[in-house]
Amino acid sequence: MDIVQDKTAETAKSTPAPGTSDPGKRIRVSTRDVSVFYGEKQAMFDVSIDIPDRSVTSFIGPSGCGKSTFLRCINRMNDTIDGCRVSGVVELDGEDINRPDLDVVELRARVGMVFQKPNPFPKTIYQNVAYGPRIHGMTKNKAELDEIVVSSLQRAGLFEEVKDRLDQPGTGLSGGQQQRLCIARAIATRPEVLLMDEPCSALDPIATAIIEELIDELRENFTIVIVTHSMQQAARVSQKTAFFHLGKLIETGDTEQIFTNPKEQKTQDYITGRFG
Amino acid sequence: MVQARSEHIVSSYEEELTHLTRHITEMGGMVEQAISEATSALVRVDHDLAQIVIQNDKDIDDKQRGLDEMAVSMIARRQPMASDLRRIVASIHVATDLERIGDMAKSIARRTLQISDQHISPQLYSGVRHMSDMVLTQVSAALQNVTALEIDDAIRICEKDEEVDALYMSLFREFLTYMMEDPRNITDCTHLLFCAKNLERAGDHATNIVEAAFYIQTGENLIDEIELRRDRA
Repeated sequence: MDIVQDKTAETAKSTPAPGTSDPGKRIRVSTRDVSVFYGEKQAMFDVSIDIPDRSVTSFIGPSGCGKSTFLRCINRMNDTIDGCRVSGVVELDGEDINRPDLDVVELRARVGMVFQKPNPFPKTIYQNVAYGPRIHGMTKNKAELDEIVVSSLQRAGLFEEVKDRLDQPGTGLSGGQQQRLCIARAIATRPEVLLMDEPCSALDPIATAIIEELIDELRENFTIVIVTHSMQQAARVSQKTAFFHLGKLIETGDTEQIFTNPKEQKTQDYITGRFG
Repeated sequence: MVQARSEHIVSSYEEELTHLTRHITEMGGMVEQAISEATSALVRVDHDLAQIVIQNDKDIDDKQRGLDEMAVSMIARRQPMASDLRRIVASIHVATDLERIGDMAKSIARRTLQISDQHISPQLYSGVRHMSDMVLTQVSAALQNVTALEIDDAIRICEKDEEVDALYMSLFREFLTYMMEDPRNITDCTHLLFCAKNLERAGDHATNIVEAAFYIQTGENLIDEIELRRDRA
Protein backbone atom coordinates (compact mmCIF):
# COMPACT_ATOMS: atom_id res chain seq x y z
CA MET A 1 0.00 0.00 0.00
CA ASP A 2 2.83 2.33 0.89
CA ILE A 3 4.35 1.73 -2.49
CA VAL A 4 1.11 2.70 -4.19
CA GLN A 5 0.85 5.90 -2.15
CA ASP A 6 4.46 6.87 -2.86
CA LYS A 7 3.89 6.31 -6.56
CA THR A 8 0.72 8.37 -6.44
CA ALA A 9 2.50 11.24 -4.73
CA GLU A 10 5.34 11.13 -7.21
CA THR A 11 2.97 11.12 -10.20
CA ALA A 12 0.95 13.96 -8.74
CA LYS A 13 4.11 16.05 -8.46
CA SER A 14 5.14 15.45 -12.04
CA THR A 15 1.64 15.74 -13.48
CA PRO A 16 0.64 19.19 -14.74
CA ALA A 17 -2.72 20.59 -13.74
CA PRO A 18 -5.66 19.64 -16.00
CA GLY A 19 -5.87 21.75 -19.11
CA THR A 20 -2.30 23.00 -18.96
CA SER A 21 -0.52 20.28 -20.92
CA ASP A 22 -0.56 19.64 -24.66
CA PRO A 23 -3.65 17.64 -25.66
CA GLY A 24 -2.83 14.01 -26.36
CA LYS A 25 0.59 14.17 -24.69
CA ARG A 26 -0.22 13.65 -21.05
CA ILE A 27 -1.57 10.27 -19.97
CA ARG A 28 -4.85 10.64 -18.11
CA VAL A 29 -5.84 6.99 -17.66
CA SER A 30 -3.33 4.18 -17.49
CA THR A 31 -4.06 0.49 -17.03
CA ARG A 32 -1.57 -2.30 -16.35
CA ASP A 33 -2.34 -6.00 -16.75
CA VAL A 34 -6.06 -5.57 -16.19
CA SER A 35 -7.97 -8.84 -16.20
CA VAL A 36 -11.70 -9.23 -15.59
CA PHE A 37 -13.42 -12.38 -14.36
CA TYR A 38 -17.13 -13.16 -14.35
CA GLY A 39 -17.13 -15.87 -11.68
CA GLU A 40 -14.67 -18.49 -12.93
CA LYS A 41 -14.73 -17.23 -16.51
CA GLN A 42 -11.99 -14.82 -17.52
CA ALA A 43 -13.34 -12.12 -19.84
CA MET A 44 -10.32 -9.81 -20.17
CA PHE A 45 -6.67 -10.79 -20.27
CA ASP A 46 -3.85 -8.50 -19.05
CA VAL A 47 -4.91 -5.31 -20.81
CA SER A 48 -2.36 -2.50 -20.55
CA ILE A 49 -3.14 0.79 -22.26
CA ASP A 50 -2.43 4.50 -21.81
CA ILE A 51 -5.26 6.90 -22.62
CA PRO A 52 -4.08 10.41 -23.44
CA ASP A 53 -5.58 13.58 -22.02
CA ARG A 54 -8.02 15.73 -24.01
CA SER A 55 -8.30 13.44 -26.97
CA VAL A 56 -10.72 10.76 -28.12
CA THR A 57 -9.73 7.12 -27.82
CA SER A 58 -12.00 4.56 -29.46
CA PHE A 59 -12.34 0.90 -28.55
CA ILE A 60 -13.33 -1.34 -31.44
CA GLY A 61 -13.76 -5.07 -31.82
CA PRO A 62 -16.36 -7.75 -32.51
CA SER A 63 -19.30 -8.34 -30.16
CA GLY A 64 -18.23 -9.98 -26.93
CA CYS A 65 -14.58 -8.96 -27.31
CA GLY A 66 -14.66 -7.18 -23.94
CA LYS A 67 -14.47 -3.56 -25.02
CA SER A 68 -17.50 -2.48 -22.94
CA THR A 69 -16.33 -4.61 -20.02
CA PHE A 70 -12.97 -2.89 -20.18
CA LEU A 71 -14.59 0.54 -20.47
CA ARG A 72 -16.50 -0.15 -17.27
CA CYS A 73 -13.20 -0.87 -15.48
CA ILE A 74 -12.32 2.80 -15.84
CA ASN A 75 -15.08 3.98 -13.48
CA ARG A 76 -15.59 0.74 -11.57
CA MET A 77 -19.01 0.10 -13.06
CA ASN A 78 -18.15 -3.59 -12.93
CA ASP A 79 -18.48 -3.35 -9.12
CA THR A 80 -22.23 -3.34 -9.66
CA ILE A 81 -22.16 -6.77 -11.37
CA ASP A 82 -22.39 -9.78 -9.05
CA GLY A 83 -19.45 -12.16 -9.35
CA CYS A 84 -17.36 -9.74 -11.39
CA ARG A 85 -13.75 -9.37 -10.28
CA VAL A 86 -11.08 -7.05 -11.66
CA SER A 87 -7.33 -7.54 -11.19
CA GLY A 88 -4.43 -5.36 -12.29
CA VAL A 89 -4.02 -1.62 -11.95
CA VAL A 90 -6.23 1.16 -13.31
CA GLU A 91 -4.85 4.61 -12.64
CA LEU A 92 -6.58 7.95 -13.08
CA ASP A 93 -3.99 10.74 -12.96
CA GLY A 94 -1.59 8.26 -11.38
CA GLU A 95 -4.06 7.28 -8.65
CA ASP A 96 -5.16 3.64 -8.32
CA ILE A 97 -8.95 3.73 -8.67
CA ASN A 98 -9.37 0.23 -7.23
CA ARG A 99 -8.06 1.28 -3.82
CA PRO A 100 -10.52 0.01 -1.18
CA ASP A 101 -10.72 3.42 0.49
CA LEU A 102 -11.55 5.26 -2.71
CA ASP A 103 -14.98 6.90 -2.82
CA VAL A 104 -16.64 5.28 -5.86
CA VAL A 105 -19.33 7.95 -6.06
CA GLU A 106 -16.67 10.63 -6.28
CA LEU A 107 -14.78 8.56 -8.86
CA ARG A 108 -17.87 8.34 -11.07
CA ALA A 109 -18.26 12.11 -10.85
CA ARG A 110 -14.69 12.36 -12.19
CA VAL A 111 -15.27 9.67 -14.79
CA GLY A 112 -18.69 10.25 -16.37
CA MET A 113 -20.50 7.77 -18.54
CA VAL A 114 -22.95 7.87 -21.44
CA PHE A 115 -24.71 4.67 -22.42
CA GLN A 116 -25.90 3.06 -25.63
CA LYS A 117 -29.55 3.84 -25.06
CA PRO A 118 -30.40 7.37 -23.92
CA ASN A 119 -31.54 7.01 -20.30
CA PRO A 120 -32.76 10.35 -18.98
CA PHE A 121 -34.29 10.32 -15.51
CA PRO A 122 -38.10 10.58 -15.50
CA LYS A 123 -37.67 14.19 -14.39
CA THR A 124 -37.59 17.58 -16.06
CA ILE A 125 -34.77 18.56 -18.41
CA TYR A 126 -33.45 20.94 -15.75
CA GLN A 127 -33.55 18.31 -12.99
CA ASN A 128 -31.76 15.76 -15.19
CA VAL A 129 -28.75 18.05 -15.53
CA ALA A 130 -28.95 19.49 -12.01
CA TYR A 131 -29.03 16.07 -10.35
CA GLY A 132 -25.29 15.36 -10.34
CA PRO A 133 -24.07 18.80 -9.17
CA ARG A 134 -26.76 18.75 -6.49
CA ILE A 135 -25.87 15.34 -4.95
CA HIS A 136 -22.16 16.17 -5.09
CA GLY A 137 -22.79 19.51 -3.36
CA MET A 138 -21.08 21.42 -6.12
CA THR A 139 -23.16 24.57 -5.76
CA LYS A 140 -24.02 26.94 -2.94
CA ASN A 141 -27.19 28.40 -4.33
CA LYS A 142 -29.79 28.21 -7.10
CA ALA A 143 -28.00 30.79 -9.25
CA GLU A 144 -24.86 28.67 -9.35
CA LEU A 145 -26.88 25.57 -10.15
CA ASP A 146 -28.71 27.41 -12.94
CA GLU A 147 -25.34 28.45 -14.31
CA ILE A 148 -24.09 24.83 -14.40
CA VAL A 149 -27.32 23.56 -15.99
CA VAL A 150 -27.24 26.20 -18.72
CA SER A 151 -23.53 25.84 -19.46
CA SER A 152 -23.77 22.03 -19.54
CA LEU A 153 -26.72 22.15 -21.93
CA GLN A 154 -24.85 24.68 -24.06
CA ARG A 155 -21.72 22.51 -24.18
CA ALA A 156 -23.88 19.53 -25.14
CA GLY A 157 -25.33 21.61 -27.98
CA LEU A 158 -28.87 21.28 -26.65
CA PHE A 159 -29.60 24.55 -24.88
CA GLU A 160 -31.01 26.45 -27.86
CA GLU A 161 -33.45 23.61 -28.57
CA VAL A 162 -34.76 23.27 -25.00
CA LYS A 163 -34.29 26.68 -23.35
CA ASP A 164 -38.04 27.37 -23.38
CA ARG A 165 -39.02 24.02 -21.92
CA LEU A 166 -36.52 23.23 -19.19
CA ASP A 167 -39.43 22.26 -16.95
CA GLN A 168 -40.67 19.64 -19.42
CA PRO A 169 -39.83 15.95 -18.96
CA GLY A 170 -36.49 14.85 -20.45
CA THR A 171 -38.17 11.71 -21.70
CA GLY A 172 -40.26 13.83 -24.09
CA LEU A 173 -37.25 14.76 -26.21
CA SER A 174 -36.23 12.98 -29.42
CA GLY A 175 -33.65 10.16 -29.23
CA GLY A 176 -30.77 12.37 -30.33
CA GLN A 177 -31.82 15.14 -27.95
CA GLN A 178 -32.15 12.65 -25.10
CA GLN A 179 -28.61 11.41 -25.75
CA ARG A 180 -27.32 15.00 -25.73
CA LEU A 181 -29.25 15.53 -22.48
CA CYS A 182 -27.42 12.50 -21.04
CA ILE A 183 -24.12 14.00 -22.20
CA ALA A 184 -25.09 17.32 -20.56
CA ARG A 185 -25.93 15.39 -17.38
CA ALA A 186 -22.57 13.58 -17.53
CA ILE A 187 -20.51 16.74 -18.02
CA ALA A 188 -22.46 18.74 -15.39
CA THR A 189 -20.29 17.24 -12.64
CA ARG A 190 -17.22 18.49 -14.55
CA PRO A 191 -15.65 15.08 -15.02
CA GLU A 192 -12.10 14.60 -16.23
CA VAL A 193 -12.93 11.60 -18.32
CA LEU A 194 -16.08 10.84 -20.31
CA LEU A 195 -16.81 7.21 -21.17
CA MET A 196 -19.24 6.58 -24.02
CA ASP A 197 -20.57 3.11 -24.64
CA GLU A 198 -21.91 3.06 -28.22
CA PRO A 199 -23.57 6.47 -27.76
CA CYS A 200 -24.93 6.66 -31.31
CA SER A 201 -26.08 3.11 -31.94
CA ALA A 202 -29.73 4.01 -31.32
CA LEU A 203 -29.62 7.26 -33.32
CA ASP A 204 -30.29 8.21 -36.93
CA PRO A 205 -27.45 9.57 -39.13
CA ILE A 206 -28.26 13.25 -38.47
CA ALA A 207 -28.45 12.80 -34.69
CA THR A 208 -25.24 10.74 -34.94
CA ALA A 209 -23.49 13.54 -36.84
CA ILE A 210 -24.57 16.06 -34.16
CA ILE A 211 -23.18 13.82 -31.39
CA GLU A 212 -19.94 13.31 -33.32
CA GLU A 213 -19.58 17.06 -33.78
CA LEU A 214 -20.20 17.43 -30.05
CA ILE A 215 -17.53 14.81 -29.21
CA ASP A 216 -15.08 16.76 -31.35
CA GLU A 217 -15.85 19.93 -29.38
CA LEU A 218 -15.82 18.21 -25.99
CA ARG A 219 -12.35 16.78 -26.50
CA GLU A 220 -10.91 20.25 -25.99
CA ASN A 221 -11.80 19.90 -22.32
CA PHE A 222 -12.36 16.21 -21.65
CA THR A 223 -10.61 12.93 -22.11
CA ILE A 224 -13.08 10.80 -24.05
CA VAL A 225 -13.16 7.05 -24.44
CA ILE A 226 -15.77 5.73 -26.86
CA VAL A 227 -16.81 2.16 -27.54
CA THR A 228 -18.26 1.83 -31.01
CA HIS A 229 -19.27 -0.88 -33.42
CA SER A 230 -18.96 1.53 -36.31
CA MET A 231 -15.39 1.58 -37.56
CA GLN A 232 -16.22 4.60 -39.67
CA GLN A 233 -17.29 6.41 -36.51
CA ALA A 234 -14.06 5.42 -34.76
CA ALA A 235 -12.13 6.68 -37.77
CA ARG A 236 -14.09 9.95 -37.80
CA VAL A 237 -14.05 10.93 -34.14
CA SER A 238 -10.98 9.46 -32.47
CA GLN A 239 -7.28 10.21 -32.44
CA LYS A 240 -6.30 6.87 -30.90
CA THR A 241 -7.86 3.49 -31.57
CA ALA A 242 -7.58 0.24 -29.66
CA PHE A 243 -8.68 -3.07 -31.15
CA PHE A 244 -9.89 -5.83 -28.83
CA HIS A 245 -10.47 -9.49 -29.64
CA LEU A 246 -11.52 -12.30 -27.32
CA GLY A 247 -10.75 -10.22 -24.23
CA LYS A 248 -7.28 -9.21 -25.37
CA LEU A 249 -5.99 -5.87 -26.55
CA ILE A 250 -4.57 -6.78 -29.96
CA GLU A 251 -3.35 -3.42 -31.20
CA THR A 252 -3.43 0.21 -30.23
CA GLY A 253 -2.16 3.20 -32.16
CA ASP A 254 -2.97 6.43 -33.92
CA THR A 255 -6.38 6.11 -35.58
CA GLU A 256 -4.97 6.97 -39.00
CA GLN A 257 -2.38 4.21 -38.75
CA ILE A 258 -4.88 1.62 -37.50
CA PHE A 259 -7.28 2.28 -40.38
CA THR A 260 -4.75 2.65 -43.19
CA ASN A 261 -1.89 0.38 -42.18
CA PRO A 262 -2.55 -1.82 -39.13
CA LYS A 263 0.41 -3.80 -37.86
CA GLU A 264 -1.45 -6.88 -36.63
CA GLN A 265 -3.06 -9.43 -38.93
CA LYS A 266 -6.16 -9.73 -36.70
CA THR A 267 -6.74 -5.97 -36.84
CA GLN A 268 -6.36 -6.02 -40.62
CA ASP A 269 -8.81 -8.90 -40.98
CA TYR A 270 -11.38 -7.32 -38.69
CA ILE A 271 -11.41 -3.81 -40.09
CA THR A 272 -11.51 -4.99 -43.69
CA GLY A 273 -14.41 -7.35 -42.99
CA ARG A 274 -12.50 -10.62 -43.36
CA PHE A 275 -12.93 -11.93 -39.86
CA GLY A 276 -13.49 -15.58 -39.24
CA MET B 1 3.73 -6.14 -43.82
CA VAL B 2 0.16 -7.17 -42.94
CA GLN B 3 -1.88 -8.64 -45.74
CA ALA B 4 -5.54 -9.39 -46.28
CA ARG B 5 -5.32 -13.17 -46.07
CA SER B 6 -8.82 -14.48 -46.55
CA GLU B 7 -11.81 -13.40 -48.52
CA HIS B 8 -14.32 -10.81 -47.45
CA ILE B 9 -17.40 -11.84 -45.50
CA VAL B 10 -19.36 -9.86 -48.14
CA SER B 11 -18.68 -11.80 -51.34
CA SER B 12 -19.87 -9.01 -53.66
CA TYR B 13 -17.20 -6.73 -52.14
CA GLU B 14 -14.57 -9.38 -52.85
CA GLU B 15 -15.83 -9.64 -56.43
CA GLU B 16 -15.59 -5.87 -56.88
CA LEU B 17 -11.99 -5.85 -55.61
CA THR B 18 -11.11 -8.67 -58.00
CA HIS B 19 -12.85 -6.82 -60.81
CA LEU B 20 -10.85 -3.67 -60.00
CA THR B 21 -7.55 -5.54 -60.27
CA ARG B 22 -8.68 -7.23 -63.49
CA HIS B 23 -9.61 -3.82 -64.88
CA ILE B 24 -6.06 -2.56 -64.16
CA THR B 25 -4.55 -5.64 -65.80
CA GLU B 26 -6.70 -5.18 -68.91
CA MET B 27 -5.83 -1.51 -69.10
CA GLY B 28 -2.15 -2.41 -68.68
CA GLY B 29 -2.41 -4.80 -71.63
CA MET B 30 -3.96 -2.08 -73.79
CA VAL B 31 -1.20 0.37 -72.84
CA GLU B 32 1.59 -2.13 -73.54
CA GLN B 33 0.08 -2.76 -76.96
CA ALA B 34 -0.16 0.99 -77.60
CA ILE B 35 3.53 1.58 -76.83
CA SER B 36 4.58 -1.44 -78.86
CA GLU B 37 2.46 -0.46 -81.89
CA ALA B 38 3.44 3.20 -81.68
CA THR B 39 7.11 2.22 -81.77
CA SER B 40 6.52 -0.18 -84.64
CA ALA B 41 4.65 2.52 -86.54
CA LEU B 42 7.54 4.91 -85.89
CA VAL B 43 10.39 2.64 -86.97
CA ARG B 44 8.49 1.42 -90.03
CA VAL B 45 7.04 4.89 -90.67
CA ASP B 46 3.68 3.12 -90.87
CA HIS B 47 1.05 5.88 -90.93
CA ASP B 48 -1.89 3.45 -90.94
CA LEU B 49 -0.70 1.78 -87.74
CA ALA B 50 -0.06 5.21 -86.21
CA GLN B 51 -3.72 6.13 -86.93
CA ILE B 52 -4.88 2.96 -85.19
CA VAL B 53 -2.80 3.82 -82.09
CA ILE B 54 -4.36 7.31 -82.01
CA GLN B 55 -7.88 5.87 -82.31
CA ASN B 56 -7.27 3.19 -79.67
CA ASP B 57 -6.19 5.79 -77.14
CA LYS B 58 -9.86 6.72 -76.70
CA ASP B 59 -10.49 3.18 -75.41
CA ILE B 60 -7.69 3.59 -72.86
CA ASP B 61 -9.20 6.90 -71.73
CA ASP B 62 -12.62 5.23 -71.40
CA LYS B 63 -11.05 2.43 -69.40
CA GLN B 64 -9.52 4.94 -67.00
CA ARG B 65 -12.83 6.75 -66.53
CA GLY B 66 -14.50 3.40 -65.90
CA LEU B 67 -11.96 2.54 -63.23
CA ASP B 68 -12.33 5.94 -61.56
CA GLU B 69 -16.10 5.50 -61.39
CA MET B 70 -15.72 1.99 -60.02
CA ALA B 71 -13.25 3.12 -57.34
CA VAL B 72 -15.36 6.14 -56.28
CA SER B 73 -18.44 3.95 -56.08
CA MET B 74 -16.61 1.40 -53.92
CA ILE B 75 -15.33 4.11 -51.57
CA ALA B 76 -18.86 5.51 -51.22
CA ARG B 77 -20.63 2.19 -50.77
CA ARG B 78 -18.05 -0.01 -49.02
CA GLN B 79 -16.10 2.52 -46.96
CA PRO B 80 -12.92 0.49 -47.41
CA MET B 81 -10.29 0.20 -44.72
CA ALA B 82 -6.58 -0.65 -44.47
CA SER B 83 -5.29 -2.81 -47.36
CA ASP B 84 -8.61 -2.49 -49.26
CA LEU B 85 -8.50 1.29 -48.94
CA ARG B 86 -4.90 1.37 -50.15
CA ARG B 87 -5.73 -0.94 -53.05
CA ILE B 88 -8.66 1.15 -54.24
CA VAL B 89 -6.98 4.54 -53.86
CA ALA B 90 -3.71 3.34 -55.41
CA SER B 91 -5.64 1.78 -58.30
CA ILE B 92 -6.84 5.27 -59.22
CA HIS B 93 -3.19 6.39 -59.33
CA VAL B 94 -2.13 3.37 -61.38
CA ALA B 95 -4.93 3.97 -63.88
CA THR B 96 -3.88 7.62 -64.19
CA ASP B 97 -0.28 6.58 -64.87
CA LEU B 98 -1.42 4.02 -67.43
CA GLU B 99 -3.59 6.60 -69.14
CA ARG B 100 -0.57 8.92 -69.33
CA ILE B 101 1.56 6.15 -70.85
CA GLY B 102 -1.25 5.74 -73.41
CA ASP B 103 -0.98 9.46 -74.13
CA MET B 104 2.77 9.04 -74.68
CA ALA B 105 2.06 6.30 -77.23
CA LYS B 106 -0.49 8.54 -78.94
CA SER B 107 2.03 11.37 -79.03
CA ILE B 108 4.61 9.08 -80.69
CA ALA B 109 1.96 8.04 -83.24
CA ARG B 110 1.15 11.68 -84.03
CA ARG B 111 4.84 12.42 -84.57
CA THR B 112 5.06 9.37 -86.84
CA LEU B 113 2.44 10.94 -89.10
CA GLN B 114 4.76 13.92 -89.54
CA ILE B 115 7.92 11.95 -90.26
CA SER B 116 8.92 11.23 -93.86
CA ASP B 117 10.93 8.06 -94.46
CA GLN B 118 13.80 9.79 -96.24
CA HIS B 119 17.26 10.76 -95.02
CA ILE B 120 17.10 8.99 -91.65
CA SER B 121 19.66 6.40 -90.78
CA PRO B 122 18.20 3.06 -89.56
CA GLN B 123 20.57 3.14 -86.60
CA LEU B 124 18.65 6.15 -85.29
CA TYR B 125 15.50 4.09 -85.20
CA SER B 126 17.28 1.21 -83.54
CA GLY B 127 18.13 3.41 -80.54
CA VAL B 128 14.46 4.35 -80.13
CA ARG B 129 13.39 0.72 -80.62
CA HIS B 130 15.80 -0.39 -77.90
CA MET B 131 14.48 2.29 -75.58
CA SER B 132 10.91 1.22 -76.32
CA ASP B 133 11.77 -2.40 -75.47
CA MET B 134 13.27 -1.30 -72.16
CA VAL B 135 10.21 0.79 -71.29
CA LEU B 136 7.83 -2.03 -72.23
CA THR B 137 9.72 -4.40 -69.96
CA GLN B 138 9.48 -1.81 -67.17
CA VAL B 139 5.72 -1.31 -67.63
CA SER B 140 5.09 -5.04 -67.78
CA ALA B 141 7.16 -5.74 -64.65
CA ALA B 142 5.47 -2.85 -62.81
CA LEU B 143 2.02 -4.25 -63.63
CA GLN B 144 3.03 -7.69 -62.40
CA ASN B 145 3.95 -6.11 -59.08
CA VAL B 146 0.46 -4.61 -58.77
CA THR B 147 -0.98 -8.12 -58.50
CA ALA B 148 1.95 -9.78 -56.71
CA LEU B 149 4.63 -7.60 -55.17
CA GLU B 150 8.23 -8.79 -55.13
CA ILE B 151 10.11 -6.15 -53.17
CA ASP B 152 13.50 -6.84 -54.77
CA ASP B 153 11.87 -6.75 -58.19
CA ALA B 154 10.14 -3.44 -57.37
CA ILE B 155 13.46 -1.89 -56.35
CA ARG B 156 15.11 -3.23 -59.52
CA ILE B 157 12.43 -1.52 -61.66
CA CYS B 158 13.13 1.83 -59.99
CA GLU B 159 16.87 1.41 -60.48
CA LYS B 160 16.39 0.34 -64.08
CA ASP B 161 14.62 3.65 -64.79
CA GLU B 162 17.99 5.35 -64.39
CA GLU B 163 19.22 3.26 -67.34
CA VAL B 164 16.24 4.46 -69.40
CA ASP B 165 17.11 8.06 -68.49
CA ALA B 166 20.76 7.47 -69.43
CA LEU B 167 19.73 5.96 -72.76
CA TYR B 168 17.59 9.01 -73.48
CA MET B 169 20.56 11.31 -72.85
CA SER B 170 22.70 9.18 -75.10
CA LEU B 171 20.09 9.34 -77.88
CA PHE B 172 19.79 13.07 -77.37
CA ARG B 173 23.51 13.49 -78.05
CA GLU B 174 23.33 11.14 -81.01
CA PHE B 175 20.46 13.07 -82.60
CA LEU B 176 22.36 16.32 -82.12
CA THR B 177 25.28 14.85 -83.99
CA TYR B 178 23.07 13.84 -86.90
CA MET B 179 21.47 17.24 -86.98
CA MET B 180 24.85 18.98 -87.04
CA GLU B 181 26.13 16.64 -89.73
CA ASP B 182 23.28 17.41 -92.10
CA PRO B 183 20.72 20.17 -91.42
CA ARG B 184 18.17 18.30 -93.55
CA ASN B 185 17.94 15.82 -90.66
CA ILE B 186 16.81 18.47 -88.20
CA THR B 187 13.04 18.10 -88.64
CA ASP B 188 12.91 14.31 -88.47
CA CYS B 189 15.52 14.11 -85.72
CA THR B 190 13.53 16.59 -83.65
CA HIS B 191 10.45 14.37 -84.01
CA LEU B 192 12.49 11.35 -82.99
CA LEU B 193 13.92 13.21 -80.04
CA PHE B 194 10.42 14.01 -78.81
CA CYS B 195 9.44 10.36 -79.28
CA ALA B 196 12.43 9.31 -77.16
CA LYS B 197 11.36 11.86 -74.55
CA ASN B 198 7.85 10.36 -74.58
CA LEU B 199 9.32 6.93 -73.96
CA GLU B 200 11.47 8.26 -71.14
CA ARG B 201 8.36 9.76 -69.52
CA ALA B 202 6.50 6.47 -69.98
CA GLY B 203 9.35 4.87 -68.03
CA ASP B 204 8.81 7.39 -65.22
CA HIS B 205 5.13 6.40 -65.08
CA ALA B 206 6.19 2.74 -64.80
CA THR B 207 8.16 3.60 -61.64
CA ASN B 208 5.09 5.46 -60.31
CA ILE B 209 3.08 2.28 -60.85
CA VAL B 210 5.57 0.16 -58.97
CA GLU B 211 5.58 2.69 -56.12
CA ALA B 212 1.78 2.42 -55.98
CA ALA B 213 2.08 -1.39 -55.98
CA PHE B 214 4.50 -1.20 -53.05
CA TYR B 215 2.10 1.11 -51.17
CA ILE B 216 -0.85 -1.22 -51.81
CA GLN B 217 0.95 -4.20 -50.35
CA THR B 218 2.93 -2.59 -47.51
CA GLY B 219 1.38 0.80 -46.73
CA GLU B 220 4.92 2.20 -46.96
CA ASN B 221 6.83 4.42 -49.39
CA LEU B 222 9.11 2.55 -51.81
CA ILE B 223 11.58 5.43 -52.08
CA ASP B 224 12.02 5.35 -48.27
CA GLU B 225 12.63 1.60 -48.49
CA ILE B 226 15.27 2.07 -51.21
CA GLU B 227 17.04 4.76 -49.17
CA LEU B 228 16.89 2.56 -46.09
CA ARG B 229 18.53 -0.29 -47.99
CA ARG B 230 21.20 2.05 -49.39
CA ASP B 231 21.96 3.30 -45.87
CA ARG B 232 22.28 -0.27 -44.63
CA ALA B 233 24.54 -1.18 -47.51
